[in-house]
Amino acid sequence: MMPIGHYLLLSLLLLLIGAIGVITRRNVIIVLMSIELILNAVNINLVAFSRYYGDVAGQVFALFIIADAAAEAAVGLGIMIAFFRNRETVLADEMDLLKW
Amino acid sequence: MLQGVLAFVQTWWVELLCAVLIVLVVPLIAGYIVLVERKVMADMQARLGPMRVGPHGLLQPIADAVKLLIKEDLIPDDADKFIFWFAPVLSMTAALTSMGGIAFGPWFQVGRDINIGLLFVVGVSALGPFGIVLGGWASNNHYSIIGAIRSTAQLISYETTAGFALVSGFLLAGTLKVSDIVKAQYTDHVWYVFLAPVGFFTYLIASIAETNRAPFDLPEAESELVAGYMTEYSGFRWSLYFLAEYANMIVVGAVGATLFLGGWLRPFPNVAWLGWVDGLPTLLLAVTGVYCVMRAGKQPVHVQVMFMWAVALVCFLVALIFGVVEFAHLTSSAAFLSQHPVQLLRSMYDGLYGAFWFLLKVSAYIYIFMWLRFTLPRFRFDQLMRLGWHILIPLALVNVIAVGIMLALMSSLGWNRWLAALLTTLGTLVVGMLLIRWNDKHAAAASGSIATDNTQVEDSYAG
Amino acid sequence: MLDSIVFYFFAGVAVLSALLMVTRRNAIHSAVFLITTLLSTAGIFLQLHAEFLFIAQIILYVGGIMVLFIFVIMLVRLDVPLPQIRSPLRQWTAIFVAFVVFGEGVYIVWKSRLVPGHGLLVLNPYPSDKLPPNTENLAKSLFSFYLLPFEIASVLLLVAMIGAVVMGKKRANTP
Repeated sequence: MMPIGHYLLLSLLLLLIGAIGVITRRNVIIVLMSIELILNAVNINLVAFSRYYGDVAGQVFALFIIADAAAEAAVGLGIMIAFFRNRETVLADEMDLLKW
Repeated sequence: MLQGVLAFVQTWWVELLCAVLIVLVVPLIAGYIVLVERKVMADMQARLGPMRVGPHGLLQPIADAVKLLIKEDLIPDDADKFIFWFAPVLSMTAALTSMGGIAFGPWFQVGRDINIGLLFVVGVSALGPFGIVLGGWASNNHYSIIGAIRSTAQLISYETTAGFALVSGFLLAGTLKVSDIVKAQYTDHVWYVFLAPVGFFTYLIASIAETNRAPFDLPEAESELVAGYMTEYSGFRWSLYFLAEYANMIVVGAVGATLFLGGWLRPFPNVAWLGWVDGLPTLLLAVTGVYCVMRAGKQPVHVQVMFMWAVALVCFLVALIFGVVEFAHLTSSAAFLSQHPVQLLRSMYDGLYGAFWFLLKVSAYIYIFMWLRFTLPRFRFDQLMRLGWHILIPLALVNVIAVGIMLALMSSLGWNRWLAALLTTLGTLVVGMLLIRWNDKHAAAASGSIATDNTQVEDSYAG
Repeated sequence: MLDSIVFYFFAGVAVLSALLMVTRRNAIHSAVFLITTLLSTAGIFLQLHAEFLFIAQIILYVGGIMVLFIFVIMLVRLDVPLPQIRSPLRQWTAIFVAFVVFGEGVYIVWKSRLVPGHGLLVLNPYPSDKLPPNTENLAKSLFSFYLLPFEIASVLLLVAMIGAVVMGKKRANTP
């Protein structure tokens, strides 16, 4: 059986890669995908602890996070589609309507 | 390191063997299902079908496979090469992996008997639409992309319906594990199709849409979209998509047979005096063998004569195996029972006959698919989406609630099972029809569009 | 032994796909690599004996959310690789900070082995033969103790669905 530290480090690594994606990319849809990656990393963490303590609460929480991620992806992509229809762009640098 | 690998192979050799067998055997079986389909099509159209390649066309799939393998591998110029390569692989992987969850008999569970059983099969076959949409997009072709989007929209719509229909079956079975579902049907003395017929028929329709079969095959319609998402694929890549489609057919047939049709149980499994039904496989195979012998003399070419004799021999051999196992199972004379080979044959009874009944049910299910294909005309895309969302999903939802009510009636109020089933089925149909009617009227009133009259809509997909 | 191989395989594929995902210029390639990352995560769930979550991840995340992403990417025509404005300062700062945080994590996990009995590298897992069957256990918990969050999650999904439909609708005054 793997020691739990391995799962926690994997989760941390995926979270950091997702965070790099959010910070570095211009394309908002890829930013949304990186956010999904961050949520997945948190899921791995939760499920690892749930396994190691034999408590199913971690998996219940992970299931709620998956449902929440679905809701967020749907609304986020709906917003992106609406924005694209108006401004013809999905790059974060060009979404500067409030700039004077 | 080497020790680890050897230990791994030692504990998991059955599953590894099954995995290799699936990858090798399913393409062959899919090829023969295509031959059966062409023969059935021919029969329903009053002609003979492929007759030339082997005796009665029995070697046609081999010829088709050879042709596909030696065809030139074309990739369109502007296509995205990585995705073009990856998409059929994804479709094929999803279809073959979902075969790992089904059990062809009490012995022939392909993978371990996993806790989530049929949900695994349904979930992994949900990866199928990916291969389709990525393939259609990567082809850089208008027909492909339209076919891919239509196909994916159809697949994800009918996945919901199929899921609800399966949930009503899971409620009756009380478990997701495949062997426990069949055991539950054995202890309940009934196939679940008789307790939840609405669920079964909803699943039948949804599974036809899930596998892109007619009358839901608009994405592959030759008269409309060249070949839909498969337009730019040729040769071996096309055969991967094609095999994925037929493997999906086998998988949905297996899921329907396990959950609703009693899996590997014979009809009336608990009624002891109907045990003579077990003579059916022996009889069928013997009759087929005799037919082959009769036709063998009439073949034009000598090689075909020998082939027919070989087929007849195989039929007789398998009939003999079935007969001997049946005899060992039924015999009660002490002289026979004490011998070791007889004990061995007795123990084979469950596995062998279970596999036969299961394959018979899956074949019947696939035959219904083929029958519908050659009978009904194709759905237009908006009619298809309307059927999925406006009609089948409300029906399936009401069915889930009705099965729940039926179980509550049976357990808390102690009603007779058949009375509760009859009442809830009628209730489902009535409430479902009312709901659909209300939905149609509401939609027609709200947007003045499709709903009841299909001829007046301004349809962007038609023409 | 087999456990380690399975874990390292899935972890390796997950990290590699994640790295590829955040660096591709073609958005569809990014989406495909996110699919492989999610599938590897599902594999890790399976290895942790969380079977229902494994299949829920595949059905919901890969079969639902990623199809949504791919449709939107096709709709927005992001297949054309866009010219990347290289801002090396931002990129290298992000990578440096990520390295630092990861280094901290490794340091914590490594030092925790000095904690008697609670070290993260030696924590004993719950014995796997005493684990109750996963789906039943999850369902028991979800429908009794966590019933309220379950109902709230369904309301959340309803609201999100309505919101997404409204956002995606074509307005009458859009040219």
